[in-house]
Amino acid sequence: MIIQGLAFYLFSVIAVFSAVMVITARNPVHSVLWLILTFFNAAGLFVLMGAEFLGMLLVVVYVGAVAVLFLFVVMMLDINTLNLREGMAEYMPVGVAIGVVLFAEIAAITGGWVLAPEIEAARAQPLADPGAVSNIQALGNIIYTDYIYLFQASGLVLLVAMIGSIMLTHRTRPGVHKQNIAAQLDRGRTVELKKVSTRGGI
Amino acid sequence: MLTIGLSHYLSVSAILFVLGVIGIFMNRKNVVIILMSIELMLLSVNVNMVAFSTFLHDLVGQVFSLFILTVAAAEAAIGLAILVVFFRNRGSIAVEDINQMKG
Repeated sequence: MIIQGLAFYLFSVIAVFSAVMVITARNPVHSVLWLILTFFNAAGLFVLMGAEFLGMLLVVVYVGAVAVLFLFVVMMLDINTLNLREGMAEYMPVGVAIGVVLFAEIAAITGGWVLAPEIEAARAQPLADPGAVSNIQALGNIIYTDYIYLFQASGLVLLVAMIGSIMLTHRTRPGVHKQNIAAQLDRGRTVELKKVSTRGGI
Repeated sequence: MLTIGLSHYLSVSAILFVLGVIGIFMNRKNVVIILMSIELMLLSVNVNMVAFSTFLHDLVGQVFSLFILTVAAAEAAIGLAILVVFFRNRGSIAVEDINQMKG
């Protein structure tokens, strides 16, 4: 229990600190690296809560795909990092004020809130005994049966996102020579057979 | 103190969400950081979902966390694609330059 508590504080303190660094780092590349650290520590929190599959998924999808995508875009865009932070001091007070107000509201809501006693009976998919069924097995059992339509729909969302981002970023540059096979094949008869008379030439 | 309950995880998630909101307000010159702040907020929602799933012994929270993860990945891809196209046209990613659709 003590190790669990210490691990929770370790993961959450590093996650919060690196989240602060994400929004205050001077260089966008550093921001992406801090974001990766945040994701790793959130994955640690997930594992601590017994959601191993989602923790691993967070590392694979967020760190392996999303963060690398961010890194690519940050390095691809030729941004002048010097004047990126110009308005920061100007907008810092209003941002912090809104954050404090939001946090106070969340604290006010959750401070006087307790779980309804009958909530335990209203569970849709009771968590199986972790010793008998692993987390990934239990998730697979319900994703592919009860939530199959939502699962397919999320695949469709990813497909639309893929097609959309390709459509958005694809462009035809002027002055690039490309092979047009149809035009090549359609040129018609350009080679002729000639009867060459002896000693006459063509 | 060292017994970790639901409220501990909800506090971490609330702090991460608020940091995401502050990040959106603070970074007016860089849309990439705004997108990263949105990712932070989605991450905090995921922590919330998994925390409730664990402490209520209900697996549905983790299923929906999976779907949030999907939507977050799609959102990041589309957002960054729009950003690349915008940078190609304007040569800047500052928020105040995004005013071409103003009437």
